[in-house]
Amino acid sequence: MEGKRIIEEEEFQELLESLTTKIIKANRDVNRVILIGIKRRGAPLAKRVALQMRDRGKDVLVGSIDINLYRDDLTTIDKKPMVYGTDIPFDINDEVVILIDDVLYTGRTLRAALTEFADLGRPKKIEYACLIDRGHRELPVCANFIGKILETKQKEIVEVRVKELDGEDYVMIVPHKHGKNN
Amino acid sequence: MAKITELKNKDLLGMKELSREEIELICETAETLKEILERPIKTVPYLRGKTACFLFFEPSTRTLNSFSLAAKRLSCDIVSVSASSSSALKGETLLDTAKNIEAMKTNFVVVRHSVPGSAHLLARQLSSSVINAGDGTHEHPTQALLDILTIKEHFGDLERLKILIVGDIEHSRVARSNIWAMTKLGAEVSLCGPPTLIPYSIAQIGVKVYYDLKEAVKDKDIIYILRLQKERQEKGLFPSIREYINLYCITPEVLKYAKPDARIMHPGPVNRGIELTPEIADSSKSLILGQVLNGVAIRMAIFYLLK
Repeated sequence: MEGKRIIEEEEFQELLESLTTKIIKANRDVNRVILIGIKRRGAPLAKRVALQMRDRGKDVLVGSIDINLYRDDLTTIDKKPMVYGTDIPFDINDEVVILIDDVLYTGRTLRAALTEFADLGRPKKIEYACLIDRGHRELPVCANFIGKILETKQKEIVEVRVKELDGEDYVMIVPHKHGKNN
Repeated sequence: MAKITELKNKDLLGMKELSREEIELICETAETLKEILERPIKTVPYLRGKTACFLFFEPSTRTLNSFSLAAKRLSCDIVSVSASSSSALKGETLLDTAKNIEAMKTNFVVVRHSVPGSAHLLARQLSSSVINAGDGTHEHPTQALLDILTIKEHFGDLERLKILIVGDIEHSRVARSNIWAMTKLGAEVSLCGPPTLIPYSIAQIGVKVYYDLKEAVKDKDIIYILRLQKERQEKGLFPSIREYINLYCITPEVLKYAKPDARIMHPGPVNRGIELTPEIADSSKSLILGQVLNGVAIRMAIFYLLK
């Protein structure tokens, strides 16, 4: 896969730190927040943000969500997605939940996550944070917290790689092949 | 070897046709989907707008309910046809019934029938995914899969596990499916039952055969007890139920010869006091109720994975 690496490890860390700062600032009056990473790569990112928040004295619970059973493109994609499972071993009712994902693109993943949340309980508030916002929304949604906005062409693919799953932290842009990102 | 993410065929007909990787994929998927059964709202929209047709020409409580619950948990619509209320009574053939149902745009056909190969027949003729829910004495793949999942949960994996299947092997589709599945996953399978209820050539497929129960249970990790299928007994295969109980009923006395941590499994429905005693069915050694819960998860995984 010939892609162009545009964000290396150092900047990657800074973007995560800035997300943490923004989330803490916006939730100063909230005793505890719940971070939910959207699988797959949002899940390790949520864990890291949670660690950073704890280091800065904020009470945090962390879980993860798999939206594959809620996708709206299941009848059109040719390969069946693997299910990784949702892992939220605590009550989310009346809590402040922040969904965390690597890339915000069409908004369809976020829509699916919100639909799934409606089946899991009723949080007091749901916010959304992403490492990269690359534009080209197909649904009327936006992020509360953004690491970095990238100007992209629609046909390009933005790939985020994380240490936990890929061995390294970086972001790259790949020319379009087949199918969409995520 | 790269991990597979899809099943090879459009249908689930038997354990004979599944590879080890496919069995592992189904179990992993079921394990993941089990979480949905713990949610406040136990339904996900995955199969919204899809339809499953249940063609059950033999009685069933557990399997039918388990399949329909699994379909509903994934938001799949269901229609159900049973032998006693269908046009089968008016002489319609199985294939005609199925083709008519498929004309109503179904995606899955789940079939149980007393004739071996009936699911295979439908699979060749229908574009829907056909799931075998038991074809005569031939196969009952979802039962074997839920048994495998239960064993994996308890023992980790099946490699070198010693499993004894006790009872009427001859008439048991559960035994056939399980022998295929368990040996594919590396377990050592042996059988025990009256000589007349054990197929003559079965030792050829690599299983050990015992006729003495106390000798058979020795060193086994799992004792898998089959239901004595009174409805499939032609006259004279064994002298009497009482003799069967004397020789092959799993009692606390028999278990003294087994490993202390051996586990008991049974596909249900249990004939208490015939193939096992009530105190054993209800004991902490029994994995029977875990098998039932896993049945729903396995069938969800099958609906999920079939194209």
